Amino acid sequence: MRVGLFIPCYVDQFYPHVGLATLHVLRNLDLNVEFPSAQTCCGQPMANSGCVKDAHLLAEHFLDVFGGFDHVVAPSGSCVSMVRNHYEQWFSQDWRYQHLRENTFEFCEYLTDIVGIKKVGGEFNSCIGLHQSCHGLRELRLARSSEIIGSDFNKAKGLLSQLRGITLKELARPDECCGFGGTFAVNEEVVSCLMGRDRIADHENAGVEIIVGFDMSCLMHLEGLIKRAGKSLRVMHVAELLESARLS
Amino acid sequence: MIGHPERAATFAADEARAHWHDRALWFVRVKRDRQASSVPEWEQLRETAAAIKAHTLSRLAEYLEEFEYNAQSHGIVVHWACDGNEHNRIVYEILHQRRVTRVVKSKSMLTEECGLNPYLEKRGIEVVDTDLGERIVQFRHEPPSHIVLPAIHLKKEDIGDLFHEKLGTPVGLADPSKLVEAARQHLRQKFLLAQAGITGVNFAVAETGTVVVCTNEGNCGMGTSLPPIHIACMGIEKAIPRSKDLAVFIRLLARSATGQPITTYTSHFRGPIAGGELHVVIVDNGRSEILAKEKFRRSLTCIRCGACMNTCPVFRRSGGHSYGSTTPGPIGSLLAPLRDMQTHRSVPFACSLCGSCSDVCPVKVDLHNELYAIRQDIAARGLLPLHKRLAMTIMARVMAHPSAYALAGNFIRGALRRLPRGFLYGPWNPWGRQRELPAAPKRSFRELMKERR
Repeated sequence: MRVGLFIPCYVDQFYPHVGLATLHVLRNLDLNVEFPSAQTCCGQPMANSGCVKDAHLLAEHFLDVFGGFDHVVAPSGSCVSMVRNHYEQWFSQDWRYQHLRENTFEFCEYLTDIVGIKKVGGEFNSCIGLHQSCHGLRELRLARSSEIIGSDFNKAKGLLSQLRGITLKELARPDECCGFGGTFAVNEEVVSCLMGRDRIADHENAGVEIIVGFDMSCLMHLEGLIKRAGKSLRVMHVAELLESARLS
Repeated sequence: MIGHPERAATFAADEARAHWHDRALWFVRVKRDRQASSVPEWEQLRETAAAIKAHTLSRLAEYLEEFEYNAQSHGIVVHWACDGNEHNRIVYEILHQRRVTRVVKSKSMLTEECGLNPYLEKRGIEVVDTDLGERIVQFRHEPPSHIVLPAIHLKKEDIGDLFHEKLGTPVGLADPSKLVEAARQHLRQKFLLAQAGITGVNFAVAETGTVVVCTNEGNCGMGTSLPPIHIACMGIEKAIPRSKDLAVFIRLLARSATGQPITTYTSHFRGPIAGGELHVVIVDNGRSEILAKEKFRRSLTCIRCGACMNTCPVFRRSGGHSYGSTTPGPIGSLLAPLRDMQTHRSVPFACSLCGSCSDVCPVKVDLHNELYAIRQDIAARGLLPLHKRLAMTIMARVMAHPSAYALAGNFIRGALRRLPRGFLYGPWNPWGRQRELPAAPKRSFRELMKERR
């Protein structure tokens, strides 16, 4: 079985260590992981801007690159949601896409639902706050969103909470958007930054040392605000916390 | 063009006020969560409501005619208006023929949409909004900023100043209960002198020919029982098939809107009061066109609870007026451009696509996905800013070629490492106004992978 590692463009360029952490976690599970180097971008920035033709071009490319893999895994809920939920408008008749849609996974959901990880052995001594990026939360259902009434589940928390020494802090607003939103961050810069600072304040008030998330894009925005304010808070991807853990 | 980003920036410039607005609405969202959680079958209710609405829209003409037939059978006069103008003319003619010059109105977003107040005022009819929040914004000559909480953008001190000027309350009085009392005394006079009452409609039950209005302040009851003439104005999408369907919506509406189990008053109007008249004006005003658009049809199922506004992180920090239309927030960001895309082209982008609105919506309008979809229509109509369109096309062209992408990536990272800070954080870079750019590593992930081989 071949697993295609899908590293979103901004992770490739700005957070290569997150790509490596993802790769290491998957390889440690003896999965046959490949990184097809022809991959670029899933087309989400263009699609969110309404530029269908531009997005379609990249979606075609994505399909060509990843169409032959049994599973595709990415350390990003947002990019996976793009493939799973928004490619349909172009490829509803394409069997390669039908396969990809069913078999493209976000990192935490892949570990939990497909690999079936039950136990996480390892240590991480820190107080963390989970940043639940919206697309992973509400479009992939990695956890119950606070609006939905029903039984609780949370895939990222399920993995992280098993690490020895870790404290997951409760937030006043557990899943409010940080204001990244792709081009929104630039287009609506004022509101975006206000949203981001409010998220950071919530984590700070809860006593969080590290904001951990499953989407580096949101964390890039939060990190940018944190650095500008000269705060000691840090951001990390879930994969980095699990990199040296034993998963079974 | 002044669009949402500019108006939002003005609102958010007073950060303390923006935070206060955010917290006031979040408080309502929390109340909603508490009330929704008290109903174990909440998600099933949402499903049912969505299904009833979808069904009704699929046979809308039949249900409207059934409603008309049944309403007429108990003395309600039914009028049909294809647009806002016709609606206003019908209402005016009813009033004019009966020599009415003083009207009280309880909350109706439809009449706001049609611009009824200025239409009637221009023709010598005094219209007094009797919902407290509506009266406040009417005094200020501004539109409501929220469909359920029309004056949520104002603090009690603002209202104290306004009432001092308009109602003669003491200078500096900001005690809510005293301000409300002043408003009650003022409105009481208006109720007693009114010759007709205008209301909106929350639901029109086809099976019984009943119109149902949900309110909290009792102003609807006063405005429809004191004067002999009652005119109820409704959009065509307010029809529901049966009385028992009403139960589903009543359970959802107030819980979603304000976190109350039910509104204080749920008034069912089955006919005119003794010796009086009851008119229902059924308005299309662009709704049929939305109904014909499969992608956006579900936006017509909205029951105007305002939950999407309370939950929207952008709305809470940018205020309802930043949307520039009668219905603001997520649902308004759909309805406004569906009606006039040119004018309202910026609002569907006033959204981070977080999806909270879709999850909170009691009738499961897939709001954020419809906002995603309408952006494509805006781009297709050539209404995107040129720089954005160009940037996306160039990015896509580069990204379509792995080697060009890798080269561009290296170039940008190199530039980020080497260029002087003064240039990187120049006025051209909105990202960097309040945020640092990410650190640019020497090697990208793909380069690290190549080296490993």
